[in-house]
Amino acid sequence: MNDFLIGLAERVRQAVAAKAILHIRGGNTKTFMAGVLSDAATLDMRGYTGIVDYAPSELVITARAGTPLVELERVLAERGQCLPFDPPRFANAAGVLSGTVGGMVASGLAGPGRAAVGGVRDYVLGVLLLDGRGELMHFGGQVMKNVAGYDVSRLVAGSWGALGALCEVSLKVLPMPVASVTLRFDMRQAEALEHLHAWAGQPLPLNASVWWRDTLAVRLRGANAAVAAAVRRLGGEVIPDDLASAFWEGLRDQRDEFFLEARQAAEREKSALWRLSLPATTPVLPSFQDTLIEWGGAQRWVVAGAEDTLVTHRAERAGGSAFRVSGGVGDGAGYATPLAPALLAIHRRLRESFDPQGVFVPGRPMRF
Amino acid sequence: MRVDPAFGEDAPSTISDPGWANTAPPGFDAVAAPVHVAAPVIPGDAPAPVSARAPVGQNTLVDTLRALLPAHALLWRNEDTTPYECDGLTAYRERPLAVALPETEEQVSAILAACHRLGVPVVARGAGTGLSGGAMPHANGLTLSLAKFNKIVKVDTRARTATVQSGVRNLAISEAVASSGFYYAPDPSSQIACTIGGNVAENSGGVHCLKYGLTLHNVLQVRGFLADGSPATFGSLALDAPGLDLLAVVIGSEGMLAVVTEVVVKLTPKPQMARCIMASFDDVRRAGDAVAAIIANGLIPAGLEMMDKPMTAAVEAFVHAGYDLDAAAILLCESDGTPEEVQEEILRMEAVLVGAGATRLEISADEAQRLKFWSGRKNAFPASGRLSPDYMCMDSTIPRARLADMLLAIAEMEKKFDLRCCNVFHAGDGNLHPLILFDANEPSQLHRAEAFGAEILELSVAMGGTISGEHGVGAEKLNSMCVQFSETERAQMLALKTAFDPQGLLNPGKVIPTLSRCAEYGRMHVKRGVLAFPELERF
Repeated sequence: MNDFLIGLAERVRQAVAAKAILHIRGGNTKTFMAGVLSDAATLDMRGYTGIVDYAPSELVITARAGTPLVELERVLAERGQCLPFDPPRFANAAGVLSGTVGGMVASGLAGPGRAAVGGVRDYVLGVLLLDGRGELMHFGGQVMKNVAGYDVSRLVAGSWGALGALCEVSLKVLPMPVASVTLRFDMRQAEALEHLHAWAGQPLPLNASVWWRDTLAVRLRGANAAVAAAVRRLGGEVIPDDLASAFWEGLRDQRDEFFLEARQAAEREKSALWRLSLPATTPVLPSFQDTLIEWGGAQRWVVAGAEDTLVTHRAERAGGSAFRVSGGVGDGAGYATPLAPALLAIHRRLRESFDPQGVFVPGRPMRF
Repeated sequence: MRVDPAFGEDAPSTISDPGWANTAPPGFDAVAAPVHVAAPVIPGDAPAPVSARAPVGQNTLVDTLRALLPAHALLWRNEDTTPYECDGLTAYRERPLAVALPETEEQVSAILAACHRLGVPVVARGAGTGLSGGAMPHANGLTLSLAKFNKIVKVDTRARTATVQSGVRNLAISEAVASSGFYYAPDPSSQIACTIGGNVAENSGGVHCLKYGLTLHNVLQVRGFLADGSPATFGSLALDAPGLDLLAVVIGSEGMLAVVTEVVVKLTPKPQMARCIMASFDDVRRAGDAVAAIIANGLIPAGLEMMDKPMTAAVEAFVHAGYDLDAAAILLCESDGTPEEVQEEILRMEAVLVGAGATRLEISADEAQRLKFWSGRKNAFPASGRLSPDYMCMDSTIPRARLADMLLAIAEMEKKFDLRCCNVFHAGDGNLHPLILFDANEPSQLHRAEAFGAEILELSVAMGGTISGEHGVGAEKLNSMCVQFSETERAQMLALKTAFDPQGLLNPGKVIPTLSRCAEYGRMHVKRGVLAFPELERF
């Protein structure tokens, strides 16, 4: 076995013996969401990098957790393939996009393409996991269809370290779309949502959407003919390719104007950036300081008071949940929406089964 | 392990087929008695009960449940419970203490709570079309049929979702939303009979999964009850929810984590049209390489299927579709979408297939011809049934690039075990369905067929694949789980079950083999395509 993995497993066993706690870290780009505990030692995954296996004709890539996401995407792009769910890569303090493959899977965060193509867990095929006893375990595999045993590998997606340290992951990848066109419309929020719902119900190559301050942008992706036909049908203003791709990248990495302003507002004015995950057809919510809508209405970013219970209340009443991304005092990020008691009990037993002594400190979204 | 041809396997169904809605037999609903052919009894692989408590007697259970259910919703006499003794894997049979057919969620909850109190195992059951014995009853347990949960609760075309009870048939969902221009994408071939609850239990696929995903990718939320009868909702109408993604493990858990009563599925807009290419190859390796070339060229076909020569001969004799009998392998490659999109994609597919050395190529000119192309593939199981008194269907998945290697290895195994094997593959996702032909009346043939099947599964794992692509582990493939997963991994899966079901009462003994069972089976765990310690000599 690889020396690095042996070393990692040893560190976990030592921590267990010493009753210490470990904070799993990749590119250190999501600390603003994950939070840190000052008495936790860092289990740094950045030393475990590289593509383990990649056969483009299998549509599967296996990479070590510390591999930078930009590196994985570069390798895929050389063969005309991609991760279609646009995971945010996030910049570190120096402004470098340094998010890792492991961090992407552990956080389960996806970008603009999410509503059309699925999220991280939909593309996870297998994982190598280091549990809280220092044991390495494989779940899933490297094939698309696999129903042998419980699908633990997908459970790891979005688990924020609660089940262990993700060491390797196999992902389904897809060919890059042949054609991509971005259209822009001037529309009020209610009108934009109505259009998005109607379009999503038709066989159109609608791949991403965003509404902000009375502008709606949609991205069409697919075969040349399908995209061209959709452009004719939907109308709107075609955005030049270079502008469009820069725009979607900024949105994807949460670096565009909205996010910059939201973070500044959070620092200045006791307000916070909230992420609401809602049924897409939730009507327009009463106005917040600012609102940006993605995923056809299913993801709504709002700037509102850091302690604003109305935000949570509205999200929950609509059948969704509210997560405070940044801003506020003390703890900052975290789910404002609690788990149902029955699910909470399962979570506690699950976590205990993977990490009996609680050696790993999960990220804040998974602290219940 | 013989399966009923009618429910056999993943034949293509079509989303634009006008006759599609009429394929269900009149009056057929997912109720009560499963319809299955007689089959040989294959000894030695039934799951061991895991309950440590002394079994509860039938009288105690029936008396308890009588207080909770109307008389017609509880069966316990032998003649009434016998129809439930197996699912689509008819070789494994067991009679439950009783069968409950609750009609309301309150009854489901009360039954589960009562069984939890008594320590009685509960096996949930949909239409009983599963192919791995996942719904085989527990001898000391209750079979909980969800057949009465057959209502489509709500269709929301604006949100593109349908909320359906778990006993609703897969095809009934598509039928209910067809007039609005939608369908439910996963299409296991048993879709006229199988229920959405069963699909959730097995994470069912179909011939369109490469492009449209599995059950997992098409279900937003399930609602049901935990082993103690308490309600639970997994997933959400939003695209994510707080906490771990428990829905991802509940789907495919073969009824071992929760009992599902309601499912919210995603609806997909119906493509306007579909066309299919039928390509012949004079060499299986070239056919396998053509599959890889299609994908490597950035194409994701709506369906991509392969048949070998013996299979082609068998189906041609059965359906007379004009298949190329000289071909070593035939590929069916389908495109769907708008007419412009299909035109563009078919041209690209054609170029790749010609470049890959196809010896004959036909493109469907109309819907009738497309369906004719598929007719043989669709009838692979019944056609095999005419070649041999019995057959065993395997279901492993391997990397696509190894398809030809696997076909050649199977040809060698045919000599080794002195049995014939026909091959149909969901080539697009590497899912194999070799059909091993044998005569169960000759005990040595049955034994050889089992050994043949086990060898295919082990080779699949060694090639980096898995022992089951879509039929599930159930009671059938417990031994092969010992080959695919290490002791630690299996222990973790058992612990995961315990986290949901601390008393181990939901469908106990399926999917995850016990430690002692694997020790008894005696085969080595094959690690990720390589044997542990390859430098050691082996006998």
